[in-house]
Amino acid sequence: MTPRLGDPPPGARERPGDQLLPRFPRPLSALLARLPQYPPALAAAIAVNLWLGDSVSGASLPAACGKIVAIGVRDVGLRLTFAIRRGGVVACGEVRPDVTISATASDFLALALRREDPDTLFFGRRLLIEGDTELGLLLKNALDAAAPVFRLPTPARLLSALRLQFPFFP
Amino acid sequence: MTTTNGLPPTGKSARIELVCPAGNLPSLRAAVDNGADSVYIGLRDNTNARNFGGLNFELPAARDGLDYAHRSGTKVLLAINTYPQPATWQRWTRAVDTAAGLGFDAVIIADAGLMRYAVRTHPQLRIHLSVQGSATSYEAINFYHRHFNVRRAVLPRVLSLAQVEQVIRNTPVEIEVFGFGSLCVMVEGRCALSSYVTGESPNMTGACSPAKAVRWEQKASGLEARLNGVLIDRYGANENAAYPTLCKGRFKAGDDVYYAIEEPASLNALELLPELDRIGVAAVKIEGRQRSPAYVAAVTRVWRQALDACAQGTAAPQPRWSEELRRMSEGQSHTLGAYHRPWK
Repeated sequence: MTPRLGDPPPGARERPGDQLLPRFPRPLSALLARLPQYPPALAAAIAVNLWLGDSVSGASLPAACGKIVAIGVRDVGLRLTFAIRRGGVVACGEVRPDVTISATASDFLALALRREDPDTLFFGRRLLIEGDTELGLLLKNALDAAAPVFRLPTPARLLSALRLQFPFFP
Repeated sequence: MTTTNGLPPTGKSARIELVCPAGNLPSLRAAVDNGADSVYIGLRDNTNARNFGGLNFELPAARDGLDYAHRSGTKVLLAINTYPQPATWQRWTRAVDTAAGLGFDAVIIADAGLMRYAVRTHPQLRIHLSVQGSATSYEAINFYHRHFNVRRAVLPRVLSLAQVEQVIRNTPVEIEVFGFGSLCVMVEGRCALSSYVTGESPNMTGACSPAKAVRWEQKASGLEARLNGVLIDRYGANENAAYPTLCKGRFKAGDDVYYAIEEPASLNALELLPELDRIGVAAVKIEGRQRSPAYVAAVTRVWRQALDACAQGTAAPQPRWSEELRRMSEGQSHTLGAYHRPWK
């Protein structure tokens, strides 16, 4: 039977309604894990900065400035690494992270949409924070308190978002 | 008129107030939008017992939150529920001044010295006795009432329902009880277990098991939770995790490894609502200022429906509510805690 949107992955202990995305095909995730992780990290970093303004930045979170955060999307085989700089989140290549936060794509989406509570996922073993727990908690609290911007970015904002990723950008 | 325990009603029965947690502005809005009567918050420092990085309210957010809540007729309470330290006493008095200045509807205080400051400096400001004050008898509560004009007391989660009723019958102070959320080890306001391992505990620094002391590590043998290097628990693949506090760990005692102090479980007193109403409980508190807006919204919604149903006399807890609450709970299992002690 073809999995439909909303079907739980086999072996999942949660009710069907908890899954926002279908299970990611395993051969594809194995392939993705072998591809460079920088391009998706770059796209994610630009999106996060545009979406969340400076809620997640070294300027608003001095304790997180200069720290490295890895996001492991378990079922998709992605491991995105970011540095937190003064102006916002910047994509990195493979560097040793201070904290690694892992979950499935579906659960990350549910968190981003504020449909799920991270502690709920943690109790259910669906969200894992390894490394600097205090940094992970600080980021979680910053994301909870953030007021997302739901409008198209102006050209000026887009340009400054790109400059943050590429310092040599004109 | 007699009741289930043969006693007449206390005569205090009125609409039970729903008191919900908020650690940030989106959570406060979620609580207000989903029907909280009151929201309790803390300032972003160690004057409150959820002192975690990035959590709680700076003054501009507190102002916005008060505006938002008051427009809907929702009250906002400021938790100043840690114990002031001599060197930084002014931080606590400033928090009380802030509450009075910004128009908070009450302050939730644990320390008697701070209560004296509050009642002398801002006599119009309502004082609620925090659960961290650890008052479990009507004598203690009446003492706070006599000396500091305390208007409401939050009871620690150590009393059976019969004991809660006895307190209510013997005090003019409104009684607030916990209805839902993670449980403590039942010495609330006096617990120093966290300090034993990390040097920090809620009353003194505002955090139980501070995040800087917590490490999780996925190993072949399971997920290990360590607190300042001390192994608290090792969860098998199909086991639910809990907050990494000493009280909820599994330890070797004698020849057995088990929850030697307490099992991680959440309180859910939903099914006791008709009883809480009958004995005259003034307010029900939801735990969880450290949780996210999604939790606050869902729990507030369920409890609002349950309280409305209770007020209309149709209070049988619906399985859907319990399931909704269960899935967000620590340990993902529920207990009536100390309220239900059949042997008493």
